[in-house]
Amino acid sequence: MSAPLLRVRELTKHFPIGKRGMFSDQRKILRAVDGVSFDLERGQTLGVVGESGCGKSTTARAIIGLHPATSGSVQLDGVELTSLSRSEWLPYRRRIQMIFQDPYASLDPRQTVSSILTEPLTIHKLAKPKERKLRAMALLDAVGLNPRHIDRYPHEFSGGQRQRIGIARALALEPELLLLDEPVSALDVSIQAQIVNLLGELQERFNLAYLFIAHDLAVVRHLCDEVCVMYLGRVVEQAPRDELFESPQHPYTKALLSAVPHPNPHIERTRERIVLTGDVPSPLDPPSGCTFHPRCAHASEVPDDRCARECPALVTSEGRSAACHLP
Amino acid sequence: MAKALDVRDLSVRFDTQHGNVQAVDHVSFSIEEGETLGLVGESGSGKSVSSLAIMGLVPSPPGVVEAGGIMLGDRDLNTFNAEALRRVRGKEVAMVFQDPMTSLNPLLTVGRQLTEVLEIHEGLSQAEAFKRAAHGLGDVGIPAPEERLNSYPHELSGGMRQRVMIAMALLCNPKVLIADEPTTALDVTIQAQILELMKGLQERHGTAILLITHDLGVVAGMSDRVNVMYAGRLVESASTAPLFDAPCHPYTIGLLGSVPDLTGPAGDDLYSIPGQPPDLAELPAGCAFAPRCSRAADACSEAVPATIEPTPGRLSACLEAEALAKEGGAG
Repeated sequence: MSAPLLRVRELTKHFPIGKRGMFSDQRKILRAVDGVSFDLERGQTLGVVGESGCGKSTTARAIIGLHPATSGSVQLDGVELTSLSRSEWLPYRRRIQMIFQDPYASLDPRQTVSSILTEPLTIHKLAKPKERKLRAMALLDAVGLNPRHIDRYPHEFSGGQRQRIGIARALALEPELLLLDEPVSALDVSIQAQIVNLLGELQERFNLAYLFIAHDLAVVRHLCDEVCVMYLGRVVEQAPRDELFESPQHPYTKALLSAVPHPNPHIERTRERIVLTGDVPSPLDPPSGCTFHPRCAHASEVPDDRCARECPALVTSEGRSAACHLP
Repeated sequence: MAKALDVRDLSVRFDTQHGNVQAVDHVSFSIEEGETLGLVGESGSGKSVSSLAIMGLVPSPPGVVEAGGIMLGDRDLNTFNAEALRRVRGKEVAMVFQDPMTSLNPLLTVGRQLTEVLEIHEGLSQAEAFKRAAHGLGDVGIPAPEERLNSYPHELSGGMRQRVMIAMALLCNPKVLIADEPTTALDVTIQAQILELMKGLQERHGTAILLITHDLGVVAGMSDRVNVMYAGRLVESASTAPLFDAPCHPYTIGLLGSVPDLTGPAGDDLYSIPGQPPDLAELPAGCAFAPRCSRAADACSEAVPATIEPTPGRLSACLEAEALAKEGGAG
């Protein structure tokens, strides 16, 4: 079998926090991403879900090199990316593109759409200068915007339209992998549905692989083939979409799914609910053992206080994995 | 049941350089004691501006508020002057905002911000106010409330800050609580905690809640009735179950259809409403939703459709409302 498009192994990203003195190092280590591994095949979508601070965005940023990884390996088509120099990175940037959450902050307000979309072509010396604008117009058409609006500025577009521009910019370089960091969270529901459908359509058309980061589990369920659940920098469960949503194994996944309100009053008012107590602990000072154990209703069922002492490994069986001491 | 809040024919207009923006257009609704009214709609539909108008917080100029009455019991808040409104706000009508990061004062301790409310509205001494404030924090599930009173907002997590906001809003046992996207900034597991908390507090105190949100799941679980707004107008209003089961306005139908959920088929295309919400400064004549509506006929763009009652207890501002009610009943 050929190597997967993206292979991530034991990826970690630690941020030192605080001051380094002349004689002593008082810095604490924030373990934003702590040993994350997964594969992503061409044309597939892997969803990464979890609450704020669980490390999902940092994972994406470490993959594309915006935050250099502390350790671990990221391979695109078998090529190790973490050891590349700045100039060696350039051809790979073309193949991996990122789409950000906030369509207001991620477009330069002083560039026209034309210049936003042709800049990547110029940097990567793609297409003849004369053809670039035509390419840009074709991109606008592909994302459902009117190509005649190419000389407008971002402020002349609504949030949903701006997100389409961000998608067009990412597609300009004909990438194979898109890292989507909460691409629809800032949008209204009716617009969100349009963008979700557009992403599905583009994936089919260009055989794109998506790493789809989101906190909205319903959107993830809709778009993803496989889902990874993160908690405090680690993957606690990973499974194919239907298996994860129909029979979650990790207590955190169960609680997370149960916390999502259902937009049907009959289901919403009768379903059983697991309400977690407490907040997500600080990643600067994570709990011992399984980092979820202080909030876990089942921690007491495991003998010898094992959950508080020992961090469970991610165990894979039958195509899905979970990191939990519970049998 | 007595009406806790009765908003009659409320309109809010902003006079801007780009013309007059009609943010809220002749909206009427009421909430009974102990009832939760959900107010849903997308950005710019006038949900938040309606609630600011109730609280007398619309900046003027550029805002112009016109209403047939904003009745709190038998008093009309719309006729109150600034001083009279100040006495009502926080005591009888309280508000919880979306963003707990920016709605607490970062320079004052939590205790100072809570006791201020009690000293002003209830005339309590500092010591009494501290006791009540600690009790209030305990009520919203904050551990070690006495110690937390000495904390500054930045020392608390987002969920804790939102609990503080709710505790502050409920300190004087208000008759009406306006919660404007109270859980939107929070993670789902924390959202679940806060919603449970609001339900519990409502049961104990009989507070009427106006719950403004764009999350239809939250509305489905929390509200007794739901108002749907589009482009500043109320397009549909009904009890929660009938509204979700058989919506009688094409916008409501589209909105409900666009929401992905955790059950049902996955992976197919989501239903999506074509086009964009209209520019409030250049609203089309007639129904504002007509340009995006699959059922629109010529008559829709001629005049704003009157609000009718296609089935008892339900209001819809659509020319097709009766036909939709029949289809919904049959289907």
